[in-house]
Amino acid sequence: VGEMETAPKSGRDVPPKKDKLQTKRRKPRRYWEEETVPTRDGASAGPPCNKKNRELRPQRRKNAHILKKSRISKKPQVPKKPREWKNPESQRSLSGVNPGPGSSPLPRSKAKTRSRLEVAEAEEEETSIKAARSELLLAEEPGFLEGEDGEDTAKICQADIVEAVDIASGAKHFDLNLRQFGPYRLNYSRTGRHLAFGGRRGHVAALDWVTKKLMCEINVMEAVRDIRFLHSEALLAVAQNRWLHIYDNQGIELHCIRRCDRVTRLEFLPFHFLLATASETGFLTYLDVSVGKIVAALNARAGRLDVMSQNPYNAVIHLGHSNGTVSLWSPAMKEPLAKILCHRGGVRAVAVDSTGTYMATSGLDHQLKIFDLRGTYQPLSTRTLPHGAGHLAFSQRGLLVAGMGDVVNIWAGQGKASPPSLEQPYLTHRLSGPVHGLQFCPFEDVLGVGHSGGITSMLVPGAGEPNFDGLESNPYRSRKQRQEWEVKALLEKVPAELICLDPRALAKVDVISLEQGKKERIERLGYDPEAKAPFQPKPKQKGRSSTASLVKRKRKVMDEEHRDKVRQSLQQQQQRHKEVKAKSTGAWPSALDRFVR
Amino acid sequence: MNVNRVAESLLALSQQEELVDLPKNCPLSENEDEGDSDGERKHQKLLEAISSLDGKNRWKLAERSEASLKVSEFNVSSEGSGEKLVLADLLEPVKTSSSLATVKRQLNRVKSKKVVELPLNKEKIEQIHREVAFGKTSRVLSKWDPIVLKNQQAEQLAFPLGKEQPAIAPIEHALSGWKARTPLEQEIFNLLHKNKRPVTDPLLTPMEKASLRAMSLEEAKMHRAELQRARALQSYYEAKARREKKIKSKKYHKVVKKGKARKASKELEQLQKVNPTVALEELEKFENARMMERMSLKHQNSGKWAKSKAIMAKYDLEARQAMQEQLAKNKELTQKLQVASEIEEEKGCTEEVEELLVPHVVNEVQMNVDGPNPWMLRNCTSDIREAATQEDPEQLPEPATHEVSESEGEERPVAEEEILLRDFEERRSLRKRSELNQDAEPAGIQERKDSSSQEVLSELRALSQKLKENHQSRKQKASSEGTVPQVQREEPAPEEEAPLLLQRPERVQTLEELEELGKEDCFQNKELPRPVLEGQQSERTPNNRPDAPKEKKEKEQLIDLQNLLTTQSPSVRSLAVPTTIEELEEDEERDQRQMIKEAFAGDDVIRNFLKEKREAVEASKPKDVDLTLPGWGEWGGVGLKPSTKKRRQFLKAPEGPPRKDKNLPNVIISEKRNIHAAAHQVQVLPYPFTHHRQFERTIQTPVGSTWNTQRAFQKLTTPKVVTKPGHIIKPIKAEDVGHQSSSRSDLSVIQWNPKRITTRHNKELKKNSVG
Repeated sequence: VGEMETAPKSGRDVPPKKDKLQTKRRKPRRYWEEETVPTRDGASAGPPCNKKNRELRPQRRKNAHILKKSRISKKPQVPKKPREWKNPESQRSLSGVNPGPGSSPLPRSKAKTRSRLEVAEAEEEETSIKAARSELLLAEEPGFLEGEDGEDTAKICQADIVEAVDIASGAKHFDLNLRQFGPYRLNYSRTGRHLAFGGRRGHVAALDWVTKKLMCEINVMEAVRDIRFLHSEALLAVAQNRWLHIYDNQGIELHCIRRCDRVTRLEFLPFHFLLATASETGFLTYLDVSVGKIVAALNARAGRLDVMSQNPYNAVIHLGHSNGTVSLWSPAMKEPLAKILCHRGGVRAVAVDSTGTYMATSGLDHQLKIFDLRGTYQPLSTRTLPHGAGHLAFSQRGLLVAGMGDVVNIWAGQGKASPPSLEQPYLTHRLSGPVHGLQFCPFEDVLGVGHSGGITSMLVPGAGEPNFDGLESNPYRSRKQRQEWEVKALLEKVPAELICLDPRALAKVDVISLEQGKKERIERLGYDPEAKAPFQPKPKQKGRSSTASLVKRKRKVMDEEHRDKVRQSLQQQQQRHKEVKAKSTGAWPSALDRFVR
Repeated sequence: MNVNRVAESLLALSQQEELVDLPKNCPLSENEDEGDSDGERKHQKLLEAISSLDGKNRWKLAERSEASLKVSEFNVSSEGSGEKLVLADLLEPVKTSSSLATVKRQLNRVKSKKVVELPLNKEKIEQIHREVAFGKTSRVLSKWDPIVLKNQQAEQLAFPLGKEQPAIAPIEHALSGWKARTPLEQEIFNLLHKNKRPVTDPLLTPMEKASLRAMSLEEAKMHRAELQRARALQSYYEAKARREKKIKSKKYHKVVKKGKARKASKELEQLQKVNPTVALEELEKFENARMMERMSLKHQNSGKWAKSKAIMAKYDLEARQAMQEQLAKNKELTQKLQVASEIEEEKGCTEEVEELLVPHVVNEVQMNVDGPNPWMLRNCTSDIREAATQEDPEQLPEPATHEVSESEGEERPVAEEEILLRDFEERRSLRKRSELNQDAEPAGIQERKDSSSQEVLSELRALSQKLKENHQSRKQKASSEGTVPQVQREEPAPEEEAPLLLQRPERVQTLEELEELGKEDCFQNKELPRPVLEGQQSERTPNNRPDAPKEKKEKEQLIDLQNLLTTQSPSVRSLAVPTTIEELEEDEERDQRQMIKEAFAGDDVIRNFLKEKREAVEASKPKDVDLTLPGWGEWGGVGLKPSTKKRRQFLKAPEGPPRKDKNLPNVIISEKRNIHAAAHQVQVLPYPFTHHRQFERTIQTPVGSTWNTQRAFQKLTTPKVVTKPGHIIKPIKAEDVGHQSSSRSDLSVIQWNPKRITTRHNKELKKNSVG
């Protein structure tokens, strides 16, 4: 298994047309000026539509269920940053060059710039084509659950599903009856192969849940608030009553981190090797597990923190507060990157989907909301639940699970990248005790539920990403492979300070320091070396060099330049218009278009 | 005598004076000025004459610089005519006398030599040298411009430059260890074996091998000689054709034409005997031509010429004759042919043509290194044998000779020239029939094809041509295309095949192409549903874009926020209602607390949030800068404050960019800059870019393997320059890039500034010696 060409998939989502939206203009736009586009537009556009056609499967016999398990590699959707193939700005200017308002590029460098831009464009296209091509290698298809006509899938119970699927998949549904040590929290490793759980009363265990092979089982003789695997299944962080402890897979305590005390929730950022802890004291602490250093300890100033989740897209930590807000944190900033007022009551649970597009929150006002995280932070859909959801989790393919008392409800969206629709639950399941922890198993159609009665692993068709990336998170990897991967992952570790709301901003020029540097340079030199020399009329003989005529000549040149500019922008506009027209006319692609390159 | 002369001059003077006086006395027509100047001159002369009177009677020579009409024997003057004296004038008398040859030569030499110009000053010379050198050097260097440009734009440069020839193992080696495995391969190999085709050694078939073995040295020589002769013949033929083409004599052409026609009819007869079906076909052609002739108005005496002749016919015998001839011709052409055969005739034609074309030279013995070329000999026995073996059974040289003799016999009354021509042809044909046969055979075949195909094409065009003309044209076609293009025509064929052969192995060998094949299917699958999806998307967008009606939202910001949180959302219809009975006491407790909070929650949550937001906005606002100058324009001092008006005027706060959360009531987005992340951002624009957005566009494509396929990643990260470790990278040479002559030009560069190069060279040498 494993060494196969990988395919980033998210990038294929073509951003919808952004030009349609136009914010209110601040000043009237002249006919020669470029259209100003609010930068937020790009981010706030509608969700990318799913490319794959939803197949209409032939109906099978009653209560037919298919559960598929992936074997062939595919990069997980989770950690990858979805790519926007085209910059909104790039589509804007036709010439390919988008000179700034004040810039007046030299002719020579202009040509060079253009060639560079062309090269970049060509590369981009080529890579996108290659990525599209390699999608061929994603052989596995996600599972799904379909009721007979009119049948509600929510009525299908686990026993039916287990009956319908093959034995191997059926074995993935199991219950661990551990009534003795209270409600359990649980965590799957990144590969989805290992499961760790900790009971409130000190029971900590880790096992290979597929083979049911126990790795370790200990009692820490202390209340366990949360449990989390670190970068691999070999290390285990346990938030105990007092301090944070780290165990290895034999159950040997490796570290006791006293700087993180009274930790209530744990999150691990796999690409940054950061363990984020939220404590009762109101501190959010980032611990770099690769060097064992605390990177940042941020005071949230919002009292006890017991609602936390991470955004897998940009590694921002979301904290839910009792005043109904959700705050977004990065270790580089002392204050929250953003604060969103979500509920009238306190926030009980937060979850962010794998693409970083949607956030689900539930509050004390018994509402469940799904927010759009791409710049607008507005609720897309809202539901009132009879008892409110205490726990939320997203699956890799965008299924949302909510734990309400002893019941879990699962909602599914209409496609891969669409938000889950809260109209109809996809699946429901009743457990033997109130839910205390929820997580979907990566790359498996399995949902792990920790409750007061133990652990339940239930089958949720279509939850996991069917194709995993053998080089990134391979469920079948050997010890050697794991070690190798560990080294590579450490080499590729992302610095903690790069965590920000928009990771793509890192690929942008720091305009402020650029301007600053320019200013300083001008100061140092005493003149602007890049400024175009203003036109200086030549002195002429025989009284023709009078002040009036000089001014006139200057004016003439200025007007000429202005006219040139206007002409150019007009031309561009016309061309754009033409293109739009051409696009609108050829709305329906011909069958022969596929041969066009 | 002197006295005499003086007296004469005096006399003359006095006479002149009289003449001068005359007009003075009677002012008739003389001009005043002229008179004056004349007077002066005369006065001068008079003075001279007087001065010469006393004792020493020296005759003063006229000055050279003065223009005078006088021709003196003592000096040269070029006065009067206004022309310059040319050296040739002086030489004129010299020409006549031969004794002055040496002088003449010397003078000529002088004449031929040009005046050496003054040398320019040193600076000027150096400047010119520099200019020339610059021009030359830049010309030389400009040859490299495309290469430089190419290298600059190249994605990757590999050094050392010399392309290493990949060691290609001979195909036998590659095939020796290879066996046919699949049934298809086995079948192919079986076929090859059956046909005795080479399997392991694909270079030569057994037949070829045998032939290789069979050919001895003599045979090879023979073959060579043969080829030589063929080549010579061809060149003669070409020369002949060229010469013949130039002949303008109508009579000659007429004679030739007639001869052809006669021969054609003869051969047709012959053909009828030998091959009646072909002859019939030929006959049909004649018939066609006849029909065309009948249809047309040619030779009907209805043309312009004929009409004019008809007028003249009454008086002019010749005109009458011409008309009659014309009519006769018409009759002849429209007459039904009894017997004719074309192929035979054609053969005759071609033979004849070649016979005609081959000059005597061919038949003369050509001295070779190894002796005379037997193929060039007149009657060589081996020659004949060869000819006999290679002769086509269809081609019969003997009948041809017979024909010729027969025709000769018949053509007694024809004009003398014709007879002579015939004779000439005859002789030659007799002489070289055997030699030619072998050469003429392929040519003949080719020609036949040509002519037949051409004929079909040109039939319409040459509708009303005479029978003889027809033959003539055929002959010409044959002469122009028959042999020469034959060689040329066969060449392009393999060339056309070559690309096909080359293409074949490229078919579907690379993985990429396989992928491409698969991708096509993919595209089919993907592209079809596109419109449907787009439709869906457009339907969905209004729901998913809450920021679409932004302007409206801005107005009702606060209300919106209230709405946002207080709107009644539909409650979920859940099948499984959680059982609260089983909950633990702890949960119960917490629930109670929550209930209390819930009761008091609501408006104050929103209010608090708004307050917080206001504070954040205030905090992020740029601070005002006080620019007021106290005491400026008004009284200042202790206890006096600048007026409010002034303060308003000079309190300036630079307006920052709009907040990101300006239109989002429920969100506070921090405006603080992440300086830690900014340290990792690009802060200086690289060279060719003038705006940061341009540069951003070039780096927006991720390069890492996390985001790209392996292949794309490799492509994106290919090094700009690739070198081979342990190899010397030599400077680029003209031969490397396909310049032939620039090696010399390189030299010229060196020659032009030898000093600099030598100094550098010396330096390098020193360095080397030191190192």
